[in-house]
Amino acid sequence: MLKGVTRLVSRVHKLDPGHFLRLGTQAPQSLAAQLDNQVSFESPRAISCTSENDPAKHEEKHEGLHYNLPLQDVKTIFPHGLPSRYAMQMKTFNEACLMVRKPALELLHYLKNTNFAHPAIRYVLYGEKGTGKTLSLCHIIHFCAKQDWLILHIPDAHLWVKNCRDLLQSTYNKQRFDQPLEASVWLKNFKTTNERFLSQIKIQEKCVWNKRESIEKGSSLGEVVEQGITRVRNATDAVGIVLKELKRQSSLGIFRLLVAVDGVNALWGRTTLKREDKSPIAPEELALIHNMRKMVRNDWNGGAIVLALSQTGSLFKPRNAHLPQELLGKEGFDALDPFIPIQVVNYSPKEFESCIQYYMENSWLQHEKAHTEEGKKELLFLSNANPEQLERLCAYL
Amino acid sequence: MAASCVSCGAAVSRRLLLRPPLSLAPRQVLWKAAELQSVPGPQILRLKHVTVVTTKKNVKAPRRETYTVDFIKKQIEEFNIGKRHLANMMGEDPETFTQEDIDRAIAYLFPSGLFEKRARPIMKHPEQIFPKQKAIQWGEDGRPFHYLFYTGKQSYYSLMHDAYGKILDIEKHKNQLQAKGLFSEKNKTIDLIGSRWLIKEELEEMLVEKLSDQDYRQFVQLMERLLQSGAAEEEFVQSFRRSVTVQSKQQPIEPVQRDAQGMAFSTSEGKRKSAKAEAVVYEHGSGRIKVNGIDYLLYFPVLQDREQLMFPFHFLDRLGKHDVTCTVSGGGRSAQAGAIRLAVARALCSFVTEEEVEWMRQAGLLTSDPRVRERKKPGQEGARRKFTWKKR
Repeated sequence: MLKGVTRLVSRVHKLDPGHFLRLGTQAPQSLAAQLDNQVSFESPRAISCTSENDPAKHEEKHEGLHYNLPLQDVKTIFPHGLPSRYAMQMKTFNEACLMVRKPALELLHYLKNTNFAHPAIRYVLYGEKGTGKTLSLCHIIHFCAKQDWLILHIPDAHLWVKNCRDLLQSTYNKQRFDQPLEASVWLKNFKTTNERFLSQIKIQEKCVWNKRESIEKGSSLGEVVEQGITRVRNATDAVGIVLKELKRQSSLGIFRLLVAVDGVNALWGRTTLKREDKSPIAPEELALIHNMRKMVRNDWNGGAIVLALSQTGSLFKPRNAHLPQELLGKEGFDALDPFIPIQVVNYSPKEFESCIQYYMENSWLQHEKAHTEEGKKELLFLSNANPEQLERLCAYL
Repeated sequence: MAASCVSCGAAVSRRLLLRPPLSLAPRQVLWKAAELQSVPGPQILRLKHVTVVTTKKNVKAPRRETYTVDFIKKQIEEFNIGKRHLANMMGEDPETFTQEDIDRAIAYLFPSGLFEKRARPIMKHPEQIFPKQKAIQWGEDGRPFHYLFYTGKQSYYSLMHDAYGKILDIEKHKNQLQAKGLFSEKNKTIDLIGSRWLIKEELEEMLVEKLSDQDYRQFVQLMERLLQSGAAEEEFVQSFRRSVTVQSKQQPIEPVQRDAQGMAFSTSEGKRKSAKAEAVVYEHGSGRIKVNGIDYLLYFPVLQDREQLMFPFHFLDRLGKHDVTCTVSGGGRSAQAGAIRLAVARALCSFVTEEEVEWMRQAGLLTSDPRVRERKKPGQEGARRKFTWKKR
């Protein structure tokens, strides 16, 4: 059955994608007539999906089409990275399909042409709520993983500045605070993503945890990570060391580093955490945030920094705020100052059509009217081509 | 000084209370001026302080005031004279002074801030103010005038008797024609569309008698039978019918579309609860809606509000064809959505055929929702909710 799909798809691939919408109903019938042995109910997949599963080869002609991510890859690359609704959808459909969209294509183009001798360029994905910033970020990460970069992915920086139960005073620096739980969770995921690099990279400084334990210079990064995971109290320091080493060594050219942070406005906003005497903590006083800020500065080379803003988890920011200036604040904006902004917008008509086709192929839209033109117009009106709203709407149907 | 007091006191009328009403307050103070006219010269106003205490406790409820025919006639004369005076005061021609002019003049001369319109000062023809009453039905010897007086509902029964008599006449006439062979089958049926029978209240008002439901039903059946038997008594029947406003689609008078920069658009307003909205619907567009300058997806994050906005377009099947720019203020999120929906529906009327306007009206898109927040009453916790009832 899979063979049939790829054969069908490769034929359709030669068609001009601009005509996909119009030929949508006609193409499968003509193809099915030719390949009468093949199962015809699979052929509509060709309209909204493409077989090009390697992000490196995605181009404008693939715009609006979904491509499949193998589930094994998803487990390694995104142990914690996918938004919860998307993860639910993945579980339901039993496959992970991402849509190729213009902002991601733009970013891919830049990344392919990066000069690794220059300092790392910062790209900021911004846009209204629910337009697809996080998933575009995931697309980029997938591309970089395929290209064998080392991925430093923070799924949501807002998780580090709110709802933290235990804050320890940092052993490294008395003024700062540690967050053992978050740090250890992150280290575990980091290990899953970048297994193969951990043994290759050697640390260049000795790190002393306490009187009895220390790690010598020249041992692999894997050991540091292990130490962080097993000894939760030192997890934050482990994170700090990992970040410092990665930054130092990416300039050497052994590997290429991608720093991907979602919800980057958390690094410069306010926190909801308080000390024991109920006085609020500024983000600088959290060790994780402090190290992250150093990471996001572009004083290293050999990689790229891709950031995505998010209003959803942000603290003390109005609902309408979506521009970088509003969400980052003056401090954040200055810190990130030379960056390339990439706006993520709602679906274009073609993308919208493709999304609906995808849902229909997976038999997700059960309502009779959803298949008709009027139904599609209704969905378009109600969601105004916003991906998140469309997904929530279709969940009812 | 005392003398001057007395002289101005002389102008005061002597009898202040003419006819005490039946339910008296337990104590009343009557001021009686002394008899002034008979005694000339300086007088002292002797004021008698009289207290009246009634001991009646079980006072019967007062019967409805009966107005005599003379009284009504006098009132009509007074009204006409007053009308002429009023016209003179307002500087208008007394001959052509209509009731609307009277209303306007009264509203001008006696401005009232009362909320209840019926409590404001009015000046209308006495027929409209005093309820219709029957004149005395019997003569000096006590014998009633009408032969059906002792049925209790004389006008009703006499009407039924007349109608039945007419039916019998028509039958007799028909039989005669058939006997002669001149009976023609032409059925001149009276057109009943656009009119309705009198309702029970109207009939009661016409006959000045109380009727029961069965009486009313009998009456309508008799009238219909009269209609069926022939078209001879058309005037008689029509006097009992009232016209119904044809298709009742007079309210939505939609303004014709105006042009600016070559774009055709139409504007209208809508209200709901306390939200007011004004919508500008452009004829050719791509389905973008901006509310107060913000995209509607961001202004109404709730699906329900967006569905309300979608309703007029979806009903007319014009989902992606119009652009809308609207401003809204007041109310809450649901009220604002309802106000915009009404405004958009009214504006769309100008781009749409009359038949579709009628469909919209029947769908309820063009009616403004009269529901408003109900007032909280004293003694209750809310508008309807009472305080918790405690047995002891």
